Amino acid sequence: MAEKFVAKVSEFNDGDRRIVFVGDNEIGVFRHDGEFFAYSNFCLHQGGPACEGLTIAKVEERLRPDKTSAGLYFSKDEMHFVCPWHGMEYDMKTGECVSDRKLRLKKYKILQKGDDVYVVA
Amino acid sequence: MDLIADRGRRVTIDELNTTRLLAHARKQAHRRNFDDVVIVDVDAHHYEGENFDEFLPYMENDVLRQLTMSGRMKGMARANVMPSQVGYQDMGGRVTRYPLRSSEKTESGSLRDIQLGHRWMDAMSVDYSCLFPTGMLSIGLHPQKEMEADLCWAYNRWLTEKVLPEGGNRFYSMLCLPFNDPEQSLRHVETFGDRKHVGGFMVTTVRPDMAVYDNAYMKLYRAMEERGLVLSFHSGPNWGEPIFKSCNRFLSAHALGFTWYNVLHCTNWVINGMGERFPKLPVIWIESGLAWVPFLMQRLDHEYMLRPSEAPLLKKKPSDYMRDMYYSSQPMEIQDYGAMECTFRMMNAETQLLYSSDYPHWDFDLPSTIWDLPFLSEKAKHNILGGTAARLFKLEPRNDKQKENLKRFGNLATAA
Repeated sequence: MAEKFVAKVSEFNDGDRRIVFVGDNEIGVFRHDGEFFAYSNFCLHQGGPACEGLTIAKVEERLRPDKTSAGLYFSKDEMHFVCPWHGMEYDMKTGECVSDRKLRLKKYKILQKGDDVYVVA
Repeated sequence: MDLIADRGRRVTIDELNTTRLLAHARKQAHRRNFDDVVIVDVDAHHYEGENFDEFLPYMENDVLRQLTMSGRMKGMARANVMPSQVGYQDMGGRVTRYPLRSSEKTESGSLRDIQLGHRWMDAMSVDYSCLFPTGMLSIGLHPQKEMEADLCWAYNRWLTEKVLPEGGNRFYSMLCLPFNDPEQSLRHVETFGDRKHVGGFMVTTVRPDMAVYDNAYMKLYRAMEERGLVLSFHSGPNWGEPIFKSCNRFLSAHALGFTWYNVLHCTNWVINGMGERFPKLPVIWIESGLAWVPFLMQRLDHEYMLRPSEAPLLKKKPSDYMRDMYYSSQPMEIQDYGAMECTFRMMNAETQLLYSSDYPHWDFDLPSTIWDLPFLSEKAKHNILGGTAARLFKLEPRNDKQKENLKRFGNLATAA
């Protein structure tokens, strides 16, 4: 397994992403809430660039105790990233496809060495 | 360019470059040697609303033309020229090519729509695209049939005289018919039917009341059949339709609407014996997915077995007439291969199914969605991706390998 340099931590702001190429492989690296997450950049739907689209919080529908709907809200806890081809959404922390959590993108290990961020691929 | 995400948070996304966006499609095409396969996309789109300045001047009636062209800012259409609908195709910016569309750079000197078309076609290895409009898919909701006819006339003139000739012989179209006016529809066929790059005519099926079996249309169908043209029905959603007003999510109105209109009109087409009246008129049902086909076959056969007196023109079961017609593939419901294999069998997909991408719309399908199906024979893959359409629209292979493959699967004989 090779370590591929991604970026300097000091130059990788929260909310940013990088796409790194390892041979034919492409890996998307996100920084979210101070943590780094790295996933395959090939969408499980039709192979789109899964990590290159919008990041957006999960949409939730809240129910009252009597089961009536209180409407739609953005989650405060769960961030998604979205494949720009068709809108397939993935959980930032797990890489799970949020419409079918049995499916998940390949996750890669991140190494921090001083101010440098590497992905292990 | 910044897109708005949750709580007003801004997310920076690169400006749109179709070739770059579809780089993975190009990789797929390369791995599958798609350049050796004739691929015909029978349903692709451009945004004709970005070209009002170009085609509204082709309107024939002075008063109607003045109505549509007056008071417009340069490059912007008056919002009330075409019927419009509520919808969220871009999913709140999640499908980034919608909000980023204007950021894509093209070169001066040739039509932007052609350049963008070639970018996505080259990425997917699509050889030929049937180019359809986008906003005009709602033209059937226009309250003035004379305005519908004149807008279709202007668009069809512009498309056949300016756009398609610039396409390097890779674009063709089935031109938009003003179906609320049967006489005008016939005039369109008589005027445009013999033009280069015209493979047939398309009826937008989102209409408040459309009777495809009305006697008023028989001359139209006859004229198309005599000319060897294809008749297609392009479906769409209509959240404003009374039956869909109870849908509180676009997902629901979209999923049902695109299917519903073709279910409705295909039923009327079959039960009124149109297949008997015009047996040589090829008919394509576009953009309803595929799952509706076995549903409707079973429903109509069941009723017909008990009530043949209400469909006296039929000489075989409704499903047999449905198997005589063609279907575009997108959006293909790839969730259950068993159900899909059954669907393909019931519709004789090997000879009746035509690949379509619907690009650049949000739910487009790549050619690999057909090629990678585990239950299809090689012949079926070639036929569906382009062989059948090449025969239907008389499209030539673009290289020797493609010619070999067309010949190998019996699709070359009638190619020009």
